Amino acid sequence: MRPFEYVRAATVEDAVTGGDRFIAGGTNLVDLMKHGIERPERLVDVTRLELASIEEADGGGLRIGSQVTNSALANDARVRERYPVLSKALLSGATQQLRNKASTGGNFLQRTRCYYFYDTARRCNKREPGSGCDALDGFNRIHAILGASEHCIATHPSDMAVAMVALDAELLTRKSDGSTRRVKAEALHQLPGDTPHHEHVLEPGELITHVDLPPLPDGARHVYRKARDRASYAFALVSVAVVLVTDGDAITEARVALGGVAPKPWRAHRAEAALKGARVDRDVFRRAAEAELEDARGHGDNDFKIPLATRLIASALAEAAGLDAGDDR
Amino acid sequence: MIGKATRRVDGPKKVRGAAPYAADQAIEPTPYIGWIVEATIGKGRVVSIDTAAAEREPGVVRVLTHENTPKQIPYGETRDGSDADRFTMSHALLNGTEIRHPGQAVALVVAGTLEAARGAALLVKVTYETDDGRYVVTGEEPEDLLVVPDELDGGQEPDVVKGDIDAAMAEAAHTLDVEYTTPSQISAAMEPHATIAVWADGELTLYLSIQVIGWAITALANTFGLEKSQVRILSPFTGGGFGSKLGVHGDAVLASLAAMTLEHPVKVVQTRRSVFVNAPHRGSSIQRLRLAADAEGKLLGVGHDSRMPMASYGYEFAEPTAAGARASYETPALHTVHRVVKVDLPPIDSMRAPGEAIGSLALEGALDELAHDLGLDPLELRLRNLADREPQSGKPFASNDLRRCLEKGAEAFGWTDRPEPRQRDGRWWRGWGMAACTRVNMLMEGAARIRLDADGRARAELDMTDIGTGSYTILTQIAAEGLGLPLESVEVVLGDSRLPETAGSGGSFGAATAGGALKNATDNLCARLVELARDHGDSPLRGAEGEGRVAEGRVWIGDRSLGFDEVVGLVGGELSAEGSIAPGENSEKYAQYAYGAHFVTLRVDGVTGEVRLERALGAFSFGRVLNPITARSQLIGGMTYGIGGALTEALHVDPRSGAFPNRDFAEYHLAVQRDVPPLEVHMLGEPDEKCGALGSKGIGELGLCGIGGAIANAVFHATGVRVREMPITPDKVLAGLMAQGD
Amino acid sequence: MKLQIDGQDHDLGDLDPRTTLLDALRERLGLMGTKKGCDHGQCGACTVLVNGRRINSCLALAVMHEGDAITTVAGLEADDGTPSALQEAFMEHDAFQCGYCTAGQLCSATSLLREVKRGEPSVLTPMGAELSLSELSDDEIRERMSGNLCRCGAYANIVAAVRQAAEAES
Repeated sequence: MRPFEYVRAATVEDAVTGGDRFIAGGTNLVDLMKHGIERPERLVDVTRLELASIEEADGGGLRIGSQVTNSALANDARVRERYPVLSKALLSGATQQLRNKASTGGNFLQRTRCYYFYDTARRCNKREPGSGCDALDGFNRIHAILGASEHCIATHPSDMAVAMVALDAELLTRKSDGSTRRVKAEALHQLPGDTPHHEHVLEPGELITHVDLPPLPDGARHVYRKARDRASYAFALVSVAVVLVTDGDAITEARVALGGVAPKPWRAHRAEAALKGARVDRDVFRRAAEAELEDARGHGDNDFKIPLATRLIASALAEAAGLDAGDDR
Repeated sequence: MIGKATRRVDGPKKVRGAAPYAADQAIEPTPYIGWIVEATIGKGRVVSIDTAAAEREPGVVRVLTHENTPKQIPYGETRDGSDADRFTMSHALLNGTEIRHPGQAVALVVAGTLEAARGAALLVKVTYETDDGRYVVTGEEPEDLLVVPDELDGGQEPDVVKGDIDAAMAEAAHTLDVEYTTPSQISAAMEPHATIAVWADGELTLYLSIQVIGWAITALANTFGLEKSQVRILSPFTGGGFGSKLGVHGDAVLASLAAMTLEHPVKVVQTRRSVFVNAPHRGSSIQRLRLAADAEGKLLGVGHDSRMPMASYGYEFAEPTAAGARASYETPALHTVHRVVKVDLPPIDSMRAPGEAIGSLALEGALDELAHDLGLDPLELRLRNLADREPQSGKPFASNDLRRCLEKGAEAFGWTDRPEPRQRDGRWWRGWGMAACTRVNMLMEGAARIRLDADGRARAELDMTDIGTGSYTILTQIAAEGLGLPLESVEVVLGDSRLPETAGSGGSFGAATAGGALKNATDNLCARLVELARDHGDSPLRGAEGEGRVAEGRVWIGDRSLGFDEVVGLVGGELSAEGSIAPGENSEKYAQYAYGAHFVTLRVDGVTGEVRLERALGAFSFGRVLNPITARSQLIGGMTYGIGGALTEALHVDPRSGAFPNRDFAEYHLAVQRDVPPLEVHMLGEPDEKCGALGSKGIGELGLCGIGGAIANAVFHATGVRVREMPITPDKVLAGLMAQGD
Repeated sequence: MKLQIDGQDHDLGDLDPRTTLLDALRERLGLMGTKKGCDHGQCGACTVLVNGRRINSCLALAVMHEGDAITTVAGLEADDGTPSALQEAFMEHDAFQCGYCTAGQLCSATSLLREVKRGEPSVLTPMGAELSLSELSDDEIRERMSGNLCRCGAYANIVAAVRQAAEAES
């Protein structure tokens, strides 16, 4: 870890004028700083800002302060009742210790990463733009099948952000000039293209202050499923968030987002398009899943993620539609 | 006392965080912190090292490299040209420019604080010349790359062949010829390898995380050209070892080198990533299993051939992968051949149950396949093929309890209720599996001392370690029983090289060796006590008639007795006796094994291929149970280790660089709490007097052997998918499900 | 820079902001009860309580915890040195072997009991379900303790110990 200057911000104003790198839970940033992968010169501590509450928003949604911890968010009774997919996604991720530390804003902004990003002896276009990607022809079991490029095939490992994207969450930010803006959760992250070191659209010094969850249609059913290498405390090989609204056996709204498969939390628009207006039916679900994975590309070790994602999407939809039991024993 | 359920005597310390592990020791002056800089190439040499920027950092004391450290005895050699093995040879580092393996230390940044050392390590610039290296064993190697190891771990022959396996395969009604593979794995003790080194008055003192102190003393003497008497090691608590701490590694060598160079205590704790490359791992294996059986399931041939990597530098280590095949089942034709391919990987060495851990996965899986082919209950197949004598040698067994383990285990588990295969329950497939388990029993040479103080309290002294096995506890029991004292009157002091030398903790030989030596010491002390009571000029019992004995903490001659304090008083305040143990003729005459049988149920997610265990039962026989509490912990610990081995653990190797891509605990998946189902253990054995003074056999590795096979077999029973490439991760099960249309 | 650890204030002077809470405890203050297993939030050996909630102290910068109440394994027992119900249960059920992960397991389990009391769910808790210590399932304990690796494999005994302490407290 290289030396840095530490400042503790007392207000949002202080924070955005105090520096261009923020630290909240630090569960990803400190990890990367120890490896010398992140080398901030100045860190602004935003954990003491008054951004740690969850409040009712106009129109029936919730406004979540960016410093609400992952566990506080998962535990919140309103989240459990109205956005169960978010609570389940949060609780599917990491461990209680990490969730107690990690913040809502920080969870979004954890780095897209892979083994070769961590191994500073290997080539990585994210760490050293233009150096090359050792994952492409390397061991790439955990890597992306959607949205990747020849410059980077790492995945965004968040569970929370997958649910947020499915819920059409919006981020509120404050820039150093005092201006604010709203960024859709889905639009926060950028695909790697030829600049994989640019992972999101926020400017240096732009702070996420809140996340807005819009209200959902009545009767929406929520499912979060996560396939992984061990029963707990493992990143998703593939995860699926589903919010499904039906009228009889007609699907009136279907939202599907995927984790573990792309350099960003992946909104499955093709699957959604195939579902919209369709009937509740296993074949419909399977075809929707297949549509989403149509352009998926494996890199050898991660080829299995294509059928895995297909099956998991179809199964999660079936669960949301009540065709399958949601036992997660 | 021996055999009684006794709580861990070091428990109060451990639950308070008050047991001092190597890096916890309070040393004055405060040690500098050493941070290892790893080579970024696989094989080659250092061309230049620029340490200037690092040395300019505030707090940095020195950056040690091959350019500024004293010469050591070359790696793999000894100070006097004597023979040494991989545990006792020189482990020199920074002793030249050669890079033998990925991640090898090329510098040590020494600073006043951890933050300064770690931060400055990022500034060390090294350039290299890279040689081509060989990093993987693929099974496609040409004949000339296949090396016959001199011997296998434990001293076994690389090849044991009897009868004609080819003929058996040609003629038998049922045959099987399949390949199983296991990946590289890492011991992953929770305590990373750690050392504090102090150099003072020509003596090197190490607070060290180690399993075997005696080997470490020799290795350090051989590394630095010191007399063994100049090296002292203190290791009162070791945070797990599992083979990876049998010998010394980078932390010990570099901390010593820095302490000697800077004449100041130095602490080096390996980072978790460093442990993967600067400490040993288990090599990958490719195993060919051939089984031939008649129509009744009687084995006519067993072939178990193994190909594994061996480090290309300094030492030889080869796993006895087919140890189980040589020991478990009767067969007229046995073909067990071990070949290794030399690779330039980080050190490859013992990991918990070398041989049986990975060999049993393949053997017990193949037997399950054969049973399926025969339409026979897999339990019955094993029962029909048990051996009366050791298959590889024809030697009699000291004892063989495999049948009892299988039968009692099956009964306790309710094996006869096993449902038909491919039971579906919602999205889950459910299955049952079983496997047998054998693990060689070893006894080593060891010594111990027992003292009585003026108050009649006992103190046992050995250089034995407690790596979590319960050494402190069972040695307390043994001394207490030998002297007829309550546990509270016995203190056990371990982990100091100044104390009598044992064989330490490893190969499951620790308890029998250290315990046997201590029993001998207490026997000797008892004899001395009786002699003093009867013969000492000042003894009130002088000349008394009757049998002399020690009981209830007193010395008896007939029906008269003296307290220990009184007898000790006769000789001026302290009395001690030494004892020892060595493998005797029984180690040669008899084949010695511990046994077990595993039974599991599990479910497999039909959508994703994820495997979740529901229940596991092990029935084990290992001679005398020294302490049912710690014994059970050893066994469930082994079972848990085996669950990780079967389902989650794989250390991947990038063939281009030799790098391990997943060298951390985020991506090298040890089993977590939720992976482990309720575990049931049955301990069935009787004392086996042929296996050492205590009649006990080693159990540190037993629970691990075979459980992976039971899991793989249950996955097959649940789904019809046979995974022969370990571990059984969702991708492999899913591929099988899809191939059969599920 | 001050830290409050197990009820005691400690002055760390002008602490290098790079110092993690774990390294501050161990290397600056010599409080060696808390262990370093991976230093990257991947094992749980360094678990401590901050204001009553468990975190990985290896990923926490010490300077960010000024004013927080930090509890380590050494602060779990009663003032008179009596082991906590969990510490006692760990000894009774042999819920450790080498003991290296034990401090983290105990801090984690201590927090777990409080989380359940407060009704905080795990991924296994059905939406809307009431939680109680007396009815906490073994699977709930397993999931909630999955952030603490134990390589010796004491998991099954840890479940038994946590269950006993949960029942005693309910």
